Amino acid sequence: MTTNTSAAHSEVKLKSQPDSMDTFLRGIWQDNPVFVMLLGMCPVLAVTNSVVNALAMGIASLFVLFCSNTLVALLRNFIPKQVRIASYIVIIATFVTVVDYVIQAISLDLYNALGAFIQLIVVNCIILGRAEAFASKNKVGAAMLDALGMGIGFTLALLCLGGVREILGNGTFLGISLFGENFQAWSVMILPPGGFFVLGAWLLLFNWLKERKDMKALSPDLQLAETKN
Amino acid sequence: METVEVRTSPHVHGAPSVATIMRNVVYALLPICIFATYQFGLSAVALIIVTTLACIFTESFFNRISGTSDSLGDFSAVITGVLLALTLPPGFPLWMAAVAGFIAIALGKKLFGGLGFNVFNPALVGRAFVQAAFPVAITTWTPSLTAARFTEFIPSTLTFPFAVPAAVDQWNAQVAVDAFSGATPLALSKFENIPTDTFLLLFGTTAGSAGETSALLILLCGLYLIFRNMLDWRIPAAVLLGAFLTEEAFHLFDSARFPDPWFMLFSGGLMLGAMFMASDMVGSPVTPVGVWIFGLLIGFLTIIIRLFGGLNEGIMYAILLGNAASPLIDAATQPRVYGVTEAKIFGKKVD
Amino acid sequence: MTVSANNNSESSGQQKKSETPPPVQNLPSNTVMIRALGGIATIAGVIIVFVFQFTQPYIAENKRRAIEKAIYQVVPGAVNRTSYLLNEQALMLETEFNESESSGSSTVSQVSTETIYAAFDASGKLVGIAMEAAAQGYQDVIRILYGYSPECECITGISILKSTETPGLGDKIGTDLKFLANFIALDAKLNQEKTALLNPIETVKHGRKTADWQIDSISGATVSSNAIGKMLRESTKKMLPLLIKHLHKIIKS
Repeated sequence: MTTNTSAAHSEVKLKSQPDSMDTFLRGIWQDNPVFVMLLGMCPVLAVTNSVVNALAMGIASLFVLFCSNTLVALLRNFIPKQVRIASYIVIIATFVTVVDYVIQAISLDLYNALGAFIQLIVVNCIILGRAEAFASKNKVGAAMLDALGMGIGFTLALLCLGGVREILGNGTFLGISLFGENFQAWSVMILPPGGFFVLGAWLLLFNWLKERKDMKALSPDLQLAETKN
Repeated sequence: METVEVRTSPHVHGAPSVATIMRNVVYALLPICIFATYQFGLSAVALIIVTTLACIFTESFFNRISGTSDSLGDFSAVITGVLLALTLPPGFPLWMAAVAGFIAIALGKKLFGGLGFNVFNPALVGRAFVQAAFPVAITTWTPSLTAARFTEFIPSTLTFPFAVPAAVDQWNAQVAVDAFSGATPLALSKFENIPTDTFLLLFGTTAGSAGETSALLILLCGLYLIFRNMLDWRIPAAVLLGAFLTEEAFHLFDSARFPDPWFMLFSGGLMLGAMFMASDMVGSPVTPVGVWIFGLLIGFLTIIIRLFGGLNEGIMYAILLGNAASPLIDAATQPRVYGVTEAKIFGKKVD
Repeated sequence: MTVSANNNSESSGQQKKSETPPPVQNLPSNTVMIRALGGIATIAGVIIVFVFQFTQPYIAENKRRAIEKAIYQVVPGAVNRTSYLLNEQALMLETEFNESESSGSSTVSQVSTETIYAAFDASGKLVGIAMEAAAQGYQDVIRILYGYSPECECITGISILKSTETPGLGDKIGTDLKFLANFIALDAKLNQEKTALLNPIETVKHGRKTADWQIDSISGATVSSNAIGKMLRESTKKMLPLLIKHLHKIIKS
């Protein structure tokens, strides 16, 4: 029932908004990879123990997503269907290696903090998912916009988690102390369980907001039908 | 005018309602609370009140936003609050205790759908959260039976919300009658190989969580519930047996390294956990065989964590793991339906 | 049994049906597929090589700076350093070793070899040796760099290279000033024969430190503190006798 209505809802949006803008915004809000599609949970839970890590991870993923989407869209008529997954993985792995080198060149501390999760971007479902579901079927411009939207949506989601976890777990934001010496840090928040707690809390909030919006958007007679059901 | 209905037999007696049972559990916990108060004074009272209020407020808050009927009347939130307080160190900062109470009801119970649907014991969920969040505060122990316990709080109790609790080392040194090392009997045994007299453990004049110190009193309170038929005696019996047998095996193997099984039985939170938390009706299996397996598993895990884990107390995680395993235990120990052959339940129909 | 066999044959039959090409253009020739993959791999290779060439100097510089920072931290007064390789047979400069490696006349790589860093002050005098040590901590292996001064025969400092200890508890091994004060002059004297430590380094309970070779542990972080004690004890036991044997070479050079 709800899926039907939301699909109808998005169709209305598609008509009323310019196409490219919708492609871009979709990844940030409506199809947010973390809060709506629940993709890429591994880095979301693992590297969001501080804002800097979350931001670095988000930007790294954004870069890889953007480059791979662009290249996949450019080569979409050149890659035969039978070898497409292998081709996408090679493309993605290339850009992950690039990011890996660049982060090492920028800061070794950051590189050590992110650990194996930089290399693991290669298996992040968002990136392969966008290559397969969007870039391989659309023009380069659209693929770029899609990558930007999804990447920014992913980064924002990581920041949402990283912010809460760093503030509660360490009393700091971006390393700047917020509450002074006397703040009792909730160390569980920067430990792995904290990632699950905070993600759960955000999902709760998002679903609650979405449900409320859907209820409001429903016309009275639809609402009536739903209550009857 | 009252109408009197006359009916023929059989006359069905109502089983005690949830509220009746829960109320009796509260009665059974009262002596333990009183003893905690006698031992640790004002701080223990404040701790019990704060966790209980936190649990009650959380419960009613969730009732209101989810629009479900009032579930405060069944006393389960009160029990969660009191049990939670009894498992915390007496000098635990009150604001952290309130956090624990909130998490216990919100995360441990209400998100699963309220009483009867929670997988884990709510009080232990709350405690496990603060154990992970505030590892220092929850392992800071203060001596019992200090002279001024009825007139002043333990300094860490009245910590300002979200602030670091005051250090109690100096206070401990001032108020302690004997030299107090800031460790529980279990920690002493594990890290320094210092045994504690079983007699002291029974009567509970040692350091420890607010309500876990007197094994004898907990045993008596549990027996009250067992005789009122409001507690499945098999669960505490199985937990204690499991712990005893496991420890006995290790003790026989190397008596210098592993302490006496009686010490393990009466120290730490094992008795409280076995009597009041493992036996929680919601999180334990229903089949008679399953109950024994569940209890033995908890006892076994407790000892394994105590002896080989990084912490010196394991009953909390053991019960939570037991709770997690209990649906599986239930499924594996379903009795065969009478008159139905096994082949027809599990096997395929053969034409 | 027969049923399942039937099923198998049926399903494989279906697969065959779907694979047998009704339209020929659906299955491209091998050349097309090889060309696509080969082309992509070539692009990938070019990009990676280009980025590698560009970032390599920065990465090397970062690594050098990180290790130097750690060395100068554990050996007070040092401004210069040379890397050596030390094993049970010999001590040699890392640069020499690399040359012998490349010329193929390597004898060193057969036995376990440790990299050590000799640190010199501004006047070129040897002030200390920095070495790595590692042991299992509470969560994972902790790796540290520690400085050893041959003059006072003591450890002069530690720096945590890698640790994933619990934040707020175990990670104090790198930040707790009282704990780090243990290592300003931690006794590591060798016995008369220079074969073993006179007093092996040990970790004691918080507040029970009585001798110079003891480490006062952090209360609440016993496991991590013990790990530091253990790694120093084992590393000094193994490395110091070897080091003393070869020390004259470093001083001379």
